[in-house]
This record gives sequence, structure tokens and C-alpha cells, in this order.
Amino acid sequence: MAPARSSPASSPPPTSLDGLVAAKEIVIACGPGGVGKTTTAAAVGLQAALHHGGKVLVVTVDPARRLADALGLEGIGDTERRVPDDAFRAAGLKPRGELWAAMLDTKQSWDALIRRHAPDERTKDEILRNPLYQNISGRFVQSHDYIAMERLYEIHASSTYDLIVVDTPPTRNALDFLDAPERLADFFSSRLLRWLIVPYRSKLVNVATRPFYQIADRILGTQFLADISEFFVLFQSMYDGFVERAQSVTRLLSDRRTTFMVVSTLEAVPLREAEFFADELTKRRLHLGAIVLNKVLPGYFTDPVATGTAAAMKEQAADLAAALAPDLAAAGPELGDEETIRRVLGEVAESFLNFHVVANRERDERAHLAVAPEVLCAVPFFDTDIYDLAGLLRLGEQIWSG
Amino acid sequence: MSSLLDLRLVFVTGKGGVGKTTVASALALLASQRGKRVLICEVDGRGDVAGLYEAPPTGYQEREVLPGLFVMTMDTEASLREYLKLQLRIPVVGRIGPLAKAFDFVATAAPGVREILTVGKFCYQVRERQYDLVVVDAPASGHIIGQLAAPQAINELVKVGLIRSQTDWMLDILSDPARTGLVAVCTPEEMPVNETVELAGRVRTETTVALRGVVVNRVLPELFGRQEEAVFDALCSARPRRRLDGLVGEEAGTVLAAARLAVTMRRTRAAHLDRLRAGIDPAVPLFFLPYLFARSQGLRTTRQVATSLGEELGF
Ligand SMILES: Nc1ncnc2c1ncn2[C@@H]1O[C@H](COP(=O)(O)OP(=O)(O)OP(=O)(O)O)[C@@H](O)[C@H]1O
Ligand SMILES: Nc1ncnc2c1ncn2[C@@H]1O[C@H](COP(=O)(O)OP(=O)(O)OP(=O)(O)O)[C@@H](O)[C@H]1O
Ligand SMILES: [Mg+2]
Ligand SMILES: [Mg+2]
Repeated sequence: MAPARSSPASSPPPTSLDGLVAAKEIVIACGPGGVGKTTTAAAVGLQAALHHGGKVLVVTVDPARRLADALGLEGIGDTERRVPDDAFRAAGLKPRGELWAAMLDTKQSWDALIRRHAPDERTKDEILRNPLYQNISGRFVQSHDYIAMERLYEIHASSTYDLIVVDTPPTRNALDFLDAPERLADFFSSRLLRWLIVPYRSKLVNVATRPFYQIADRILGTQFLADISEFFVLFQSMYDGFVERAQSVTRLLSDRRTTFMVVSTLEAVPLREAEFFADELTKRRLHLGAIVLNKVLPGYFTDPVATGTAAAMKEQAADLAAALAPDLAAAGPELGDEETIRRVLGEVAESFLNFHVVANRERDERAHLAVAPEVLCAVPFFDTDIYDLAGLLRLGEQIWSG
Repeated sequence: MSSLLDLRLVFVTGKGGVGKTTVASALALLASQRGKRVLICEVDGRGDVAGLYEAPPTGYQEREVLPGLFVMTMDTEASLREYLKLQLRIPVVGRIGPLAKAFDFVATAAPGVREILTVGKFCYQVRERQYDLVVVDAPASGHIIGQLAAPQAINELVKVGLIRSQTDWMLDILSDPARTGLVAVCTPEEMPVNETVELAGRVRTETTVALRGVVVNRVLPELFGRQEEAVFDALCSARPRRRLDGLVGEEAGTVLAAARLAVTMRRTRAAHLDRLRAGIDPAVPLFFLPYLFARSQGLRTTRQVATSLGEELGF
């Protein structure tokens, strides 16, 4: 198990992402759905490449292809690709280091894993051909979690990159991926597994287990059961390799070179989930490095003077319109219509007061945040989406230096 | 084309956080308000649905939270237990103990089993006809395909046995566009739109379920028309702004700037809607739901969303 992590008094915790990331080799971005994990992960990777230099890799473990959009890399795939200099030049940037990106392909990664761990050619071919294996590796998402962590380990072990920023799917799954290595190890060492495999080895089912097979047989059919068993018999041959690897992956996650960056908005539902996740991290003695609050409304929405102004504007819209009409008519005769001015003032005030309600709620949520990361930072709600280097830069600058 | 509410089984999916639970809850409420007996089922088990009706948390056993509106939470182990009891006449009392372990094992060993128990439960509810409509607050778009494709996948893997005959009738229900449909929720943002377009393609090629609509959630209000915008621009210029400051307080400039932000946000988002429309089969309708400026989310906001949804559906 990992040692408890508390910073010695001599080195105060970093107060900025810059400082936090400088001391780490792996940053894992996680949090609820749609809050901006992918965007933030890419933005942090970009900042690190710009300011720290070295080779920085951003890898997404998300089943959907989004990181590519953000990095302007069409058809990015399982193998890491470098963000071209042209892309930086076009955005007016001169990074000190290199920015790389990869998007996990579950099927390819599984196949590579089998090739590496299989004891011989025949086992390898049999596994790759097994219909169950093909389904596990290709079609179903659960297998994604394990392979993601496995790949992270492999990339880290290759020492090719100075920093790896990992993007993850929404929280519940992120928890799954934290558990995946251990679950897999448990699974392969389980008595149950051996139990299931026995009859296909010895053709001898004992009295105690017979009912189970009878039920399983009725439900699943004999062929399918045979496929399952073959699959696991084959996998047994790779047992040691897998368990050892799974343990290494778990160690890597709790290593002090790894930190977690929880991303959330200040909306109630995502925030509760982010707190839950931060809590789980701490329970597991994983390093809660940063919380990034994203899409936060600008502070002026909670300013009492501005709010008072908006309220007055709404109330006195008709009088104000009358007072302003001459000024506006001077700028253009078509602009002087009092009724139109009144409507515009009303809409403007109403809009402010609407956002004021939301901003107040956000401020309250923020004040009652129930977690204590080393770095807490906020990103404003931008007026446009973020899907290119310029956008990532804009976001990154908000959080980098604290 | 018949209405969404005439279906028997509706899956609501979309990118994480776009408002799947909000939309699913509102859709179920709307149907119940229109006299249907509705079951809404939450798949991820976080309890968000009950929260949106301000009802106490629910379990696997469905419970009526409002007239004609029932809520349940998916639980694959309970579903297995029910299945064993109904189909194999194996009564299982209390926790299933060793059987649960065996199940966990088979479910991990044979991916798709979990999915099939989930989807199977919904299909079963449809077949039993206890409800006019079953609404599923489904997993995020990355995962829904696996779930909807599971019966087909299992059908390819398992050639005989009980499961096979089960997946046959499930596929009947899922593939029937008069009974089953998928609703994708998205927001007018770059990545949610990309993902929705991608999802629409995958639903068509990898599943047998029909996409029946895309709900665009969190649409910001249109503040002004063209003529009004010219007036707004003029208001922002120095003289009128100073006069405003004098009349209503120091911060008129800030209030105007805030409106400018709202206008720009709406405008950049409008471009994504054009991409959405172009990327989705023209026969699939888009429904728009406004951004909610509320202190908190609860029954009141769920009612508001239901009303907006009703208007969009032409009621
Ligand atoms: N600060 C911001 N201001 C405005 N838009 C933002 C901001 N941050 C992110 N976005 C937008 O929000 C959308 C969702 O972001 P993103 O895809 O990064 O979220 P995610 O957490 O990775 O989602 P998922 O859970 O589905 O993987 C994107 O369209 C992105 O451009
Ligand atoms: N129309 C809306 N206007 C404003 N806020 C909204 C709207 N719809 C949803 N929200 C807010 O967005 C957040 C996410 O909504 P919801 O839980 O419905 O999304 P979801 O897609 O089910 O999320 P998840 O992927 O986590 O299950 C909630 O905090 C909710 O209050
Ligand atoms: Mg993402
Ligand atoms: Mg939800």
C-alpha cells in the first residue's frame, strides 16, 4: 500500500497549478460529465508544454473522440501524435517543449496486451480468435477501464514523456478505472474462476457445483459456457503477468509522482459528485492535487451595486426610456423610439437579474465546498466554446499561475 | 409521424451533464400529466430522478411518486433475481450470497450480461403492459450503444438456450419503431453537438433502435431582435451610458456588459445548432428547452421543463 501522504513542513504545498504540475509526472483529470475535463486536461498539457518544456502527452481514455477536436488533430488514434508546429505558429505560440496527444483504442490495446503476455504463439492465436475475447475487447466499455490504466502504466514506464496528462470519462466510470487493476487481479486469483474452469479440464463436476452448471447451462447454452471457459483457461496462462501488472498500475496511481485534478462546475449535481469523488480519492490515499471549478459566472453578477442598478433599470424602464430617447435619436433617428428603448432596457435588466440568481447560487456552493485540495482554481464561463489551441490557451492562462 | 409520447419505451441519452436526467424526468412527468401511466427508471442509481420530483429515494421496486408516475432504480442483481424467479422458477430469497458471486463472475466473464439484464427489465415492463410508457434515464452516449447493442451481440454469441429465446423477443421490442425510441439530449456547445452527431450515426449502424428526437437543452434566451440590437449598441456608447449611470446607479455599464455576454453566448451557440441540424437525419425533430435561471432544481423546475417540452411536442 502507498504510504500516507502529508507534505513535510519544509516544503509548503504549491499554490498554483504551475507549481503542482512541475513536481508531477502524471496528472489525472477527472470529474462529473460535461464539466470540461477533456478541455481542462488539454489546456493543462498545453500550458506545461509552453512553460515547462520537455515532452508532454495528453491522453484521453474517453470512449468518444473529443480531444482530437480540441487539439485540432483530425483522426488522432491509439499511437501518440505530436501537435504540429504549424498549429502552434498559427495560434502565435512558441512552446518550449513538445505537445503530444493520443486517444486510446481499446481493441488495439487489448490485442497488444495479449501479444505481450501470452506464453506462446498458440495461446495468443487462440485468445485472439475466441469470440468472447473479441467481444470483451471490441464491444463492451467495461474493459476500457482496465486497458486505460494499463496503457498509462506502459507509457509512463517507457520514460518517453516528462509529463502525462490523462483525461477520463465521467466520475462513476473514473472510479471504475481506479478499481479496475485491483478488480482484475482479484478476478484472476478468485477461487470461483478455478471452479468454473475445472469441469472443462477434468470433465468431472463434483456434487456441490453441479447445480450451478445446470443453471448456467440452461441460461447460457453449452457452447457459450465452453467459450467462456476456454477464454479463462487461456487467460490463466497469463495470470502471473496480469496480476503483477495490475499491482504495478495500482502502485503507480498512488505514487507521489501522480496527482489528481478534479474538474467540476458550480452546479449542484456535478459539484456533489465531484466532492464525492474527491472524498474517495482521499480515502484511497490518492493525491488530490487540484480542484478546477469551470464555467463559473463572472463575479460582477453578485455585485450588490450592479444588482441594484439592474433592479432600478427594470423598474424604471419607461422613465429611463423617455430620458434617453433624445440622446439616442441624436445618434440615429431610427434609434429614438421610446417603446423600443424601454423593451431593450427591460431585457437587459432582466437578463442580468436572471444570471444574478444563478451566480448567487454558485457563490453559495463555492463557499460551502467540502474538500481541501492543494490548489483550488476557477475558470470563467467563456462567451465562446473551446475547441482550438487559442481557446485552450485562454482557459489555461486562467488557472496556470494562480 | 406519431408523437414521442405514443411510444412504449423511450431511452434518454446524451453526453455527460447535458441534462439527460432533467429531460427524462420532465418527459415522464409530461406523459403522466397527460393521463398516461408512466414508469421512469434511473440506470446510474445516483437518485437524481427522485430528487427532481422531490420524492424520497427509490429502489428497484417501483414506487408511485406523483399520480400515475412511478420511479425505479436499476439494480442488476435484483434484476437477475427477478429473472431467475420468473423464468426458471428458482425462488431466491434475501441476498443471493453465492449466487450473487457467481453472477458477478459471469457478468464480468461474459460482458453483455449486465447490459442484457438492464435492457431486459425494460423490455419486460413493456411486454407486461403495466405501463403505457417506460422512460429510461440511460447512461451517457459512450455507453448507451453497448447497452442497446447487447441483445444483438448476445444473440450472435449465444446460439441456443434460454438467453437466446429471451434476446429474440427483446430484439422484437427494441427494433419496433412504433414501440421503442431513443432521445438524444445535447446542449448548443461544440463538443456535445459533435458527440450527438456521432451518436446518431452509431445508433443507425450499430443498434436496431430508432432515434426519435434530439432535445437541445439550456438554450439561452434571445434578448433582442435586429432593431432592438441597434438600440442596445447605441445605449452602450458613452453618452447614453453616462446618463444611465446618473439615473439608476453607478454600474449601468456592467449591466450592459453582462447583456453583451449573454448575447454573444447565444450567438456562438446558434452556430452549433446549424451544425447539429445539418448532421442529423432531417426526419429527426429537434426540440428546444430554455436555460433555467433557478435557485435550485426540484419539482418546480421539472414542471417548467415538462411544460416547455409539451409546447415543443405541440401540446
Ligand atoms: N470555461 C468554459 N467556458 C465555456 N465553455 C466551456 C468552458 N469549458 C468547457 N466548455 C465547453 O463545454 C463543453 C464540454 O467540455 P468537455 O468536453 O471538455 O467536458 P468533459 O468533462 O470532458 O465531458 P465528458 O464528461 O462528456 O467527457 C465543450 O463544448 C467545451 O467547449
Ligand atoms: N435547462 C437547464 N437550465 C439550467 N440548468 C440545467 C438545465 N438542465 C439541466 N441543468 C443543470 O445541469 C446539471 C446536469 O443536469 P442533469 O443531471 O439532468 O444532467 P445529466 O445529463 O443527467 O448528467 P449526468 O451525465 O451526470 O447523469 C444539473 O445541475 C442541472 O441542474
Ligand atoms: Mg471528456
Ligand atoms: Mg443523470
